[in-house]
Formats: sequence, structure tokens, C-alpha cells
Amino acid sequence: MLDREQVQKVAHLARLELTEAEEESFTRQLSSILDYFEQLSELDTTDIQPTTRAIETSNVTRQDVLDPSLAQEEMLTAAPDRSDRFFQVPQIMSD
Amino acid sequence: MASIRELHKQLIQKERSAVEIATEALDRIQKLEPQLHSFLHVMGDRALEQAKAVDDKIAAGEAIGLLAGIPIGIKDNICMRGVPTTCGSRILENFVPPYESTVTQKLQDAGAILVGKTNLDEFAMGSSTENSGYGRTCNPWDRDRVPGGSSGGSAAAVAAGECTVALGSDTGGSIRQPASLCGVVGMKPTYGLVSRFGLVAYASSLDQIGPFAGCVEDAAILLGAIAGHDAKDSTSLKIEIPNYCQLLRPNFRPRTRLRIGVIKETFGSGLDSVVESRVKTAIEQLQLLGAEIQVISCPRFEYGLPAYYIIAPSEASANLARYDAVKYGIRAEEADNLIDMYKKTRAKGFGTEVKRRIMLGTYALSAGYYDAYYLKAQKVRTLIKQDFDSAFEKVDILVCPTSPTTAFKAGEKTDDPLSMYLSDLMTIPVNLAGLPALSIPCGFDDQGLPVGMQLISKVLREDLLLQVAYAYEQSTDWQFYKPDLTVATKQQKKS
Repeated sequence: MLDREQVQKVAHLARLELTEAEEESFTRQLSSILDYFEQLSELDTTDIQPTTRAIETSNVTRQDVLDPSLAQEEMLTAAPDRSDRFFQVPQIMSD
Repeated sequence: MASIRELHKQLIQKERSAVEIATEALDRIQKLEPQLHSFLHVMGDRALEQAKAVDDKIAAGEAIGLLAGIPIGIKDNICMRGVPTTCGSRILENFVPPYESTVTQKLQDAGAILVGKTNLDEFAMGSSTENSGYGRTCNPWDRDRVPGGSSGGSAAAVAAGECTVALGSDTGGSIRQPASLCGVVGMKPTYGLVSRFGLVAYASSLDQIGPFAGCVEDAAILLGAIAGHDAKDSTSLKIEIPNYCQLLRPNFRPRTRLRIGVIKETFGSGLDSVVESRVKTAIEQLQLLGAEIQVISCPRFEYGLPAYYIIAPSEASANLARYDAVKYGIRAEEADNLIDMYKKTRAKGFGTEVKRRIMLGTYALSAGYYDAYYLKAQKVRTLIKQDFDSAFEKVDILVCPTSPTTAFKAGEKTDDPLSMYLSDLMTIPVNLAGLPALSIPCGFDDQGLPVGMQLISKVLREDLLLQVAYAYEQSTDWQFYKPDLTVATKQQKKS
């Protein structure tokens, strides 16, 4: 079960501003989804290794050769706000 | 629309030009889009330029490949340089990628005509294409119904003949389920077979790009064109790609005994009785073709759904952290500090289902819950994989319905996320195990809606999967049934 306060905390961690209505519906819906997840506890997973993919591969490497990267100007053009050669964002620290 | 091989023949025999074929596709898109909304962006001029280049090659007497001049749709979570890519999200409504995905580069190198970017559930999260930030796509067989999802636009576009084939992405069934609901062939390859460079990430341990097609051979051709190792995707497998097409035969009698296993657990409660009956008839057909049929148990199959809805949202919550309004995308105006800017932009830019999954994933990964949720789910993945491994000791191919129901009504499941999630019950375990699988049409229900059968194989046995699907297809005529798109509304159709 999840309460409203936990929903607010998770929303902050996820950097989401929720409306009152969203807080209310997410509290209800996420609780029922978490209840549904409970069935996994029926399975004994002691000594079972986790799986992340079908065919295990590891340490994928390549030659350390320089390739041209994307043009700086093109990257900056896509940004919502810029200042000269930099991405610009609202104030981070107080004065 | 004609098949790739038919179009190719017309091109090399100079019965039609690539520009004529592209124009026909673009005209059909223009005519049908007001009813279907399969596309978010149509690349008219670019498509005609590409077609002209193919015609120039033919005129110069140069050989062209099978995909040259073939109209293809691309799911709008696959980046193309200079072409708007929204992922069905408002947060990327102004995003124009500065780079090209490997798959679209390969298709363009092959001379394919990329006609447009297709609609999807926002960031590929959904099973009905209703979660698109740009409006839903309609099912060509009944416009009051959903095309499935998340690659609903690609499925509908192929079913309606707006393009010959299309690319989609499949994380938990997002190619196979819409293929089933729209009556086309849809395939999810082995994890790692197709490069994901340029595919916008949803759940990275599961995402895979694959083909939609009107027939098995077209799917085989498209898969062959996009498969293969890519240094730009570290999960991409270094293997030889077989010529999938050349291996297709109308029957499998001459081969050594083909063993097909019916997954017992998928024929339980919740399965629509008509879907059950059509799939069982199709299995009998496989038997007539010479396959030996066995009933196989995958006892942990049903735990795939809860495991998936922990793993996918967890990975999504991390992947979608990049939408921070700094480097690209929209930015909410009224923020007075950085954190506020993140929160307001993401509140404004993401739709409800995306927020719900980010919340779910953030919770599952937060301090104190990781072991109970994410790690537990990854271990359950191992158990599901073990079920498949032991099944494949007894049989070569597994079969089950692709979706427990045919296409449902728009709006029917939007208020109940859990009931929407349940429509992926049959497809999800395959992604968790990383296996290849395809959905092939196997009939219609009483309302004329398509039913799909799912075939699953061992890793990297796409060749066998396509062979079995092809033999089945050649022994039936389902591929020749097309939706009636001349009638404007359903009311008129009924009267």
C-alpha cells in the first residue's frame, strides 16, 4: 500500500509536479498495482541469479579511435535556451 | 498494397516507376489519414526524392535490391536526422534529431522509400496507441476500436496499405500485439539482433526493433535488411545473418520432424473463446502440415506480467530522466529555479501513463525497495527463462495466442491501467527471456476482427520461426483479407 505522502515523495524524486487529482488517482492506482506485484512473493527465488538479457555478453570494447562528434552549434540550436556556447538554465544557487 | 516481391518485379520490368509507387502510397496516406491517423509526420518531398533516385538507378541499368522503391513507415521513436521525432510525447514536440538511427540508415542505403513517422503510445508505453500525445490511431478493421500498441500506427498503416511494411519496437509486445489486432505479420527479433542506435530508450533490457508486414516473406526481407552487428549499440550481437528469404518453403514435410509445443498456461481463463477456437484451428493446420504437436507447460509464464511491470517502469524511470528541458525538447516557462523547471516541464510534457510508470519505477528503485521489487523481478526473469529452456528441450517452436482478445473499443480500458496491462499477458514473457517471436493472422472473430497466433523460438532461430509462419501462411488465405476502408463511419457500415 502506498499513501499520499509517499506519492508526493516519489513525485519529488522523479521531478514531477503532480496536480491534486493526479496525486489522488496515482495513490489509488499505484497501490493496486503494487498489490498485484505481491504475487511474485509466491515464487521462491533463493539462490536464483538475476537475468538481464537473453545472451550474456560482457566487456564490449572497441579500438580507441577518434571519430568526429556532432557539431556543437547544431546541438545548441536544439536547446530551449542558450547563452553563447552554453546551455542556459534558471538560477541553480541562491544569491 | 502489393508485396515487396511484386513491387520489385514491377520496378525491374519497368511496368511502374518508384515515383509512381511512392505517389500512390502518399495519395493513399492523404486519403486515409483523416479516418485512421496512423502517421504523425509524412515525408512527402523526401520520399519522392528517394524514389527519383531509385528510378535513376533503374534507368542507368544498375541492379536494385528488393527494398529499393518500397514504401516503409517508421515508428516515431526511431530517430531520423532532420526529421521531427516526437515519440508521441509533447515533451519532444519540437525535437529534430541531429543523427540517424542505424536501422533507418540501412533502409535508406537499400533504396527504401521512408514515407512517414508512425503514431505510438507515448514513449512506447501502452497497448492501444491511445496514450499518444497527438491523438489516437484507429483500427482499420473498425475505427471505433484500438489498433493495439504501442506500435499501433505502424500496424494500422500496413493493414490499411498506406505503406508496404513498417518498423516498430517491441518491449513487452508492442509489435506483436498490434500486429495481431490489425491482422498483419509482426515480429520481435532476438534481443541484440537489430541495432537500437537511434531508438529512443524505454526499457533497455527489453527493447528491440522489428518488422511489420502484410506477409511473412516481406517480414523476412525487412528483418534481413535491418539485422546485424553495430558497434554503436553495445548490446548488438556479433553473428552471421542468414538469408531469411531463401530459407522459406511452402511446407516443412521434407525437413526432419518439426515439434511444436502449445503453451498450456495461455489457454486458461481470460482468453476469449473465439480467439481460443481460431488459434486451435491454426494449430491443427500446423499439424496437417507435418508438425508434431505437444502440450507444454511453462508454469511461471503468468508471473511475467508483474515482473515486467516492475522492470520496464524501473528502467523507464531512469531512461526518461534525460527529459530535463536543458538540451532539447520543450521547457515550461514559469519556473523560478532549476528543480522547479524540471518538475514543471515534465508535468506539462508527459502524459498520464508515462507519469504513472515513472512514478512506479522511481518507487520500485527507491532506497529500501530495490531488492523487493527490481531484483526480485530480475530473478523471476531467470525462472521464466528456465521454463522456456526446458520447453525448448522438447520442442522447436512454441505457439499460443498473441493477445487474449481481439481489438477492444477505444476508451474501454483507459481508466483502469491494470486491465490495459493484462492485454500484454501472452507477449511479455518472450521479452523477459529475450527470445524471438512473431504474430501471424489466423482468422477473424464474429465481428470481423483479426485474430493473431504467436510463434516463439529459441534465441536466433528467426529462420525457423519465419519458415513455420510462411508454411502456415501459404496453406491459408488470411493474408488476402483486407479491411474495407471505403466506408466513412461504422454507422453506415451497419445500416
